[in-house]
Amino acid sequence: MRDTPAMTTSNRPPATRLHIPVLLFARYAELLGTPRLELELPIGCTVGAALAVLREQAGAEALPAQLLVARNLERVGLEARLALGDELAILPPMAGG
Amino acid sequence: MAYLTQDVISLDALVAQVTHAEVGGIATFLGVVRDHHEGRSVRRLEYSAYPAMAEAECGRLVNEAESRWPCRVALAHRVGPLEIGDTAVAIAVGSAHRAEAFEACRWIIEELKHRVPIWKRERYVDGTEAWVDPTAPPGIQAALGAPQ
Repeated sequence: MRDTPAMTTSNRPPATRLHIPVLLFARYAELLGTPRLELELPIGCTVGAALAVLREQAGAEALPAQLLVARNLERVGLEARLALGDELAILPPMAGG
Repeated sequence: MAYLTQDVISLDALVAQVTHAEVGGIATFLGVVRDHHEGRSVRRLEYSAYPAMAEAECGRLVNEAESRWPCRVALAHRVGPLEIGDTAVAIAVGSAHRAEAFEACRWIIEELKHRVPIWKRERYVDGTEAWVDPTAPPGIQAALGAPQ
């Protein structure tokens, strides 16, 4: 039987913080002055809590009150929880077509 | 399957993708760059995307359409700089009968506009630029487009 990841890493201190990459596009990338930043968040943190941290960044005060968020290429609500390896994207109103 | 392209979109190529012995009707839609937006004269524009998600979302749209209607779907969306008259998006839907082809084609373009993460920056004849926000009330768009 193969070791589970939990068994192989059991002698390491458990990680308590997540480093979540956040992608910004179009007008939002201009507002924050970057297309990508990284947020340090507690494990199990919700998307809504991550957005609260994002709003502390310079330039974020101009973001609208409601934001569209994708986690790992799919739209999610504010209640979705973040785990190791997740990627967030903050999506301005879409204008394709 | 790549749905985003920097190159000129060929409707013929999309139609060929959905042409099949069982297909009796093919509906197509072309979205084309026009020279005005909310009363402002547009000189050119640029589409940008979140490429990984846009590809994934286009794939989900095609799969959903093909499961809702008995049809075959081909889809392409342009990114990068476009001129007036260029094709920005093209859809071809083949089905046994026309009703399903028209319905699915209409559904796909409406869903695409809401779901696929693509953004449009317009450059106006007066030298200003703006990100297009389809959710902004009329009039707000001009305020977002302050000269750069």
